[in-house]
Amino acid sequence: MSEQQTQAWLDELCAALPAGALLGRESFRGQHSLLVDPGLLVSVMKLLKDRGGFRYLADLTALDRLPREPRFLLVYHLWNHAERRLIRVKTEARGEPPTVLSVTALWTTANWHERECYDLFGVEFRGHPDLRRILTADGWVGHPLRKDYPTMGPPEVQNWVPPRYAPPAPAATPAGDEGAAS
Amino acid sequence: MADLEKDLHTEHMVINMGPSHPVTHGTVKFLVTLDGENIVDMKVDIGYLHRGFEKMCENGTWQQVIPYTDRLNYVSPLINNVGYALAVEKLIGIEVPERCQYLRVIASELSRISDHLTNVAAGGLELGAFTAFLYFVEARELVWDLIEMLCGARVTVNYVRIGGLKNDLPQGFQDKTRAVFKEVRRLWSDVDKLLTKNRVFIDRVRDVGDISAEEAIAYGFTGPCLRACGVPYDVRKAQPYLVYDRMDFEIPIGETGDNFDKYLVRMEEIQQSMKIVEQALSRLPDGPINLDLPQYRMQPKEDIYHRIDSLIFHFKTVIDGIKPPPGEVYLAVEGTNGELGFYLVSDGSGKPYKCRVRPPCFALTAAMPRLMKGRLIADIVPTFDMINMIGGECDR
Repeated sequence: MSEQQTQAWLDELCAALPAGALLGRESFRGQHSLLVDPGLLVSVMKLLKDRGGFRYLADLTALDRLPREPRFLLVYHLWNHAERRLIRVKTEARGEPPTVLSVTALWTTANWHERECYDLFGVEFRGHPDLRRILTADGWVGHPLRKDYPTMGPPEVQNWVPPRYAPPAPAATPAGDEGAAS
Repeated sequence: MADLEKDLHTEHMVINMGPSHPVTHGTVKFLVTLDGENIVDMKVDIGYLHRGFEKMCENGTWQQVIPYTDRLNYVSPLINNVGYALAVEKLIGIEVPERCQYLRVIASELSRISDHLTNVAAGGLELGAFTAFLYFVEARELVWDLIEMLCGARVTVNYVRIGGLKNDLPQGFQDKTRAVFKEVRRLWSDVDKLLTKNRVFIDRVRDVGDISAEEAIAYGFTGPCLRACGVPYDVRKAQPYLVYDRMDFEIPIGETGDNFDKYLVRMEEIQQSMKIVEQALSRLPDGPINLDLPQYRMQPKEDIYHRIDSLIFHFKTVIDGIKPPPGEVYLAVEGTNGELGFYLVSDGSGKPYKCRVRPPCFALTAAMPRLMKGRLIADIVPTFDMINMIGGECDR
């Protein structure tokens, strides 16, 4: 595929998107990204899947852009089997906690990818059927892949043990024994 | 009579399989709700091997990530090495010399052979075919001998470098490969006779774990599991990297996507991979294996000791790390379980801003409940084996 053909195809694809959905376009090393409006994410994705032929969601992840606002950028990689094309779709997660719409209704595989994103970045997906932590242990505190999360974990989790293995709290000292130790 | 017609008072039973169970090769837990022997519901609990791969990468330089990639899919570490190095090279915008590309193809295919051998061997073992296991583990041992000859290690190879390779082919590698492949082919045909037409094996795997092509794509299937459904998607053909477009090989596909088809696809891929290695060895061009760009690839040791400019570049690349321009790339290679993608983001510094891995078996493992609902508990064994979940890759 020549460069011109690819550009023509990309122009056509962008023209087909709903009005106001496309916020930006970028190309780097022969790969193309579209920045879309988070409110129209699901309709853009549906269009890409049904009319653009992108039936396979290869990857879904978030990018922490601290200290920029909005902080999190969601990155989707879609693949078209028939035309052998890859496209990257990005959208911003706005609000606190950062929230985007879920695409699980379009691709089943998004279910676990979104759970992972929620677990590691703390991005919430509206419309996700089962948003729970997936990789870190139950009861984990914080979201490890955020840029402001220390590599060794925040002080309160550095000696973290799962709740069921936690040592029992020390028994309260009887009132009369206070002077005995000294 | 009325008493007999009443239903027996039964209730569902929830059992845990794993995190440490002979069926679960890696460390994974299944929460299975059973009605007798039938699976009513299933939940998969992963993350036991999560060690923060991405976080570690963000704290090291670009070169320091390579040993971590060995630990992703530890049954075929060379492919992870190659995939990561290719992604960084694409980010920088460089291409390695031709000899290096051929050697990387050879390394990847040797890894693929060893992974498929392990998978089929373990599958046979779990269904009671211990002989097939012994034969294929012997074959894998021979392939690992080749890998050890190539890079000095058997499992954690750390062979590929950004912009080149650790070392060239050792002497006598071609002859040794010929001898090993002869033996692997003999063992392959023995196992083929033992399993492919074996009634006991077929009864356990045929029509179990089947899925339609449409649904498999929606679940994000790639690799042998997708090809078993009849979709000829192979990254080596769809987005050719290295010199795969010059190689003559076929993509085996199945029909129904059941475990038997997955098994057959893997068996055939072992043959195709051996074909690729032989072609690559026969066409191997002469020339350097490393790029002559000291800001990305270290110069030879003698130059570093004897030339001041090489020493300066060496110091800069070790202390600061190499510096790809700001940007982002997604590069996929064909791992043994499917599409192994690397999404790298650079901010122009010596450390990766983001180093995301798209593990193929993450998507496959997520489909376990779909494949297993309504089946028997014994069907978990072959299905999970053919999914070939690798903990190190799935949990990262």
